[in-house]
Amino acid sequence: MAIKSYIEAVTEALAEEMERDQSIFILGEDVGVRGGVFRATAGLIEKFGEDRVMDSPLSESAIVGVTTGAAMVGMRPVAEIQFADFIFPAYNQIVSEAARIRYRTKSDWTVPLTIRAPYGGGVHGALYHSQSIEALFHHVPGIKIVMPSTPYDVKGLLKASIRDNDPVLFLEHKRCYRLIKGEVPEGDYTIEIGKADVKREGDDVTVITYGLMVHYALEAAETLAKEGISTHILDLRSIKPIDREAILEATRKTGKVLIVHEDSKFGGVGGEISAIIAEEALFDLDAPIQRLCGPDVPAMPYSPPQEKFYMLNPTKIADAIRELAKF
Amino acid sequence: MATLKMPQLGESVTEGTIAKWLKQPGDIINKYDPLAEVITDKVNAEVPSEFVGTLTEILVPEGATVAVGTPIAIITEAGEVAAPAPVAAAPSAPAAAAPTPTAAATPVAASTPAGADRPRYSPAVMRLIQEHNVDPNLIAGTGTGGRITRKDVLTFIEQGGAAAAQAATLTKTQEDLASVAAPTQPATGLTELGAQGVQAAAAPAPTAPSAPAYQAADGDTVIEATGIRKTIARRMVESKHNAPHAWTMMEVDMTNLVRFRDRSKEAFKKKEGVNLTFLPFMIKAVVDAIKQYPIINSTWQDDKIIIKKDINISIAVATDDALFVPVIKNADRLSILGLSHAINDLAKRARAGKLSPNDMSGGTFTVNNTGAFGSVQSMPIINAPQAAILSMESIIKRPTVMPDDSFAIRSMMNMCMSLDHRVLDGWVCGQFLQAVKKNLESALEPTLY
Repeated sequence: MAIKSYIEAVTEALAEEMERDQSIFILGEDVGVRGGVFRATAGLIEKFGEDRVMDSPLSESAIVGVTTGAAMVGMRPVAEIQFADFIFPAYNQIVSEAARIRYRTKSDWTVPLTIRAPYGGGVHGALYHSQSIEALFHHVPGIKIVMPSTPYDVKGLLKASIRDNDPVLFLEHKRCYRLIKGEVPEGDYTIEIGKADVKREGDDVTVITYGLMVHYALEAAETLAKEGISTHILDLRSIKPIDREAILEATRKTGKVLIVHEDSKFGGVGGEISAIIAEEALFDLDAPIQRLCGPDVPAMPYSPPQEKFYMLNPTKIADAIRELAKF
Repeated sequence: MATLKMPQLGESVTEGTIAKWLKQPGDIINKYDPLAEVITDKVNAEVPSEFVGTLTEILVPEGATVAVGTPIAIITEAGEVAAPAPVAAAPSAPAAAAPTPTAAATPVAASTPAGADRPRYSPAVMRLIQEHNVDPNLIAGTGTGGRITRKDVLTFIEQGGAAAAQAATLTKTQEDLASVAAPTQPATGLTELGAQGVQAAAAPAPTAPSAPAYQAADGDTVIEATGIRKTIARRMVESKHNAPHAWTMMEVDMTNLVRFRDRSKEAFKKKEGVNLTFLPFMIKAVVDAIKQYPIINSTWQDDKIIIKKDINISIAVATDDALFVPVIKNADRLSILGLSHAINDLAKRARAGKLSPNDMSGGTFTVNNTGAFGSVQSMPIINAPQAAILSMESIIKRPTVMPDDSFAIRSMMNMCMSLDHRVLDGWVCGQFLQAVKKNLESALEPTLY
């Protein structure tokens, strides 16, 4: 099996799907000749032509609006928002139109649209290029949110997202793009949206997380293993739908749960996970559910020491696990 | 550094017993957080914190009785640097010299360090303990502050802990048997009680020798007595032990009162908002009889009889797991309506757990409405230090021979009285009961207001 980077898995999934299905097209800023600002769509315009890989003006609302309309009449568009931070002009299109059409038309109309957006910090991108936006969409029924952590998951889940008949927000952690490499099988495979994955087995503390934090947690677990603390790591992969069964199973594994996400804590996805556990697994809990998240300040700072303070890292995660293991 | 003191929990309260510490050294304390449960007289009350900070040291162990104003805990106020919490500080505090005979025995019972005997289990641990029927006391906790973690329980079970627990119980039983077989003091005549009985006899505690430790069998439910249960138990033993109980019963024809009540109860309820029960009539009859025979309203104190001026009637209110005896103060000044409201108010607050120590103190005579649960005869234990207690039993329709030798169906009730024979004798009690009987039987048209 070939070792590929996270972003190569994105490109490969797109190329394979476009090959397979003529109704798939890409719309976004700089996705064509430039091949995407991160080079996720590199080579696709050469392969599939400018009718299927289209550069749009700087107009997020239009990117989502146009692709939503196209999806409703039979196309399978993949929209790219250059940075997740810029998705807000399109928020209304996503929430009020794409997410609701199926419900509003009793399934007469559906929106098989995939919106890809790089999110997250730790890349020196400052406030407009570092945000985590999942919680802002998590609340909205009608949309799926996929946040893979490994190249293998990226390929399988992106293919599943494109083939899904409902709008999927596909959030790629931009720090993972070239940092994370892993085995990716050649050829076609999909991963079911809404299924979590155990990334490490352990029996002292359960970490429930997603995205870049999966890797930080794995790193922390490695350190802690030397201290005799065994960490169980659940990668949610999709945060909507969320894998309740896997969350409960992982909770039962250790009885001590640490939820980790880069997004700020208040009103974050972690609160929902925590509530699921509290509602359904009270008698399996051996310690209060803990959340380790980004601080509740408006945005990621540019200054390196401040960015370092803002971002979670393996050390902070290890500290939190250690604390919980001691309890 | 702030010192928390035993609060004055009622006008007449001079001391309190720490029933339970709700916080342990090291716990963060907010203002008004309940820190400990205190028993005074017959009430459990919570001591709230006056400070914000960290509980640093517990000065008075659970079970110890101290005077009002005695420092009971030290709190490091927020902002101060907390001194390390001494773990075994608890047993050092001596119980205040209380005159009650049981107080002497208290420090012995409280010798376990506070904190160690009040573990908290997480839901997961609790569940495992129940599912595998293991004794948590046998498990060494590795969590923060010695907390038993889920893993500790699992490891314990894996290593055959459940079997070990049973073995430990067996060994203990064998030790008990051995001590019976070879008593240290065969001459005491307590041989059959085993080691525990011998110890109890040797100790200065005047209470009856305790029975040999009873081992709960599989499937038995063991309930730790709550503070209030322990208080009830202690006071019942005290009363039975100190006051030689004599008992007498008299029969009352309640027909007139029953008819009157049937006629009036609906209008009364509509007008006054409370049910017209028999209890206020009974109390009124008792109070009027006490006025005739004041000695009934007295108490035995160090070879003296003190006749109380106030007539404060205690009434028994039972809840699912406890018995409260609130007091109607100056019952002689209340009408049937006033008594109805007083009873209603006390019963309601007793069931809601809202009685204050003041509500429970100062009783001079107890009227016990055992008829309410269908009893026809009972031997109540005197509510010490009162001199007597009167039970009003069920009112039952019976064929009765009337003074003119005819038969009639009458509503009959037994009154049962337990009396402290140190204070009262049969004759005066008979007179008193006759008076109560007369008061109840003559009530053709009682005054309600």
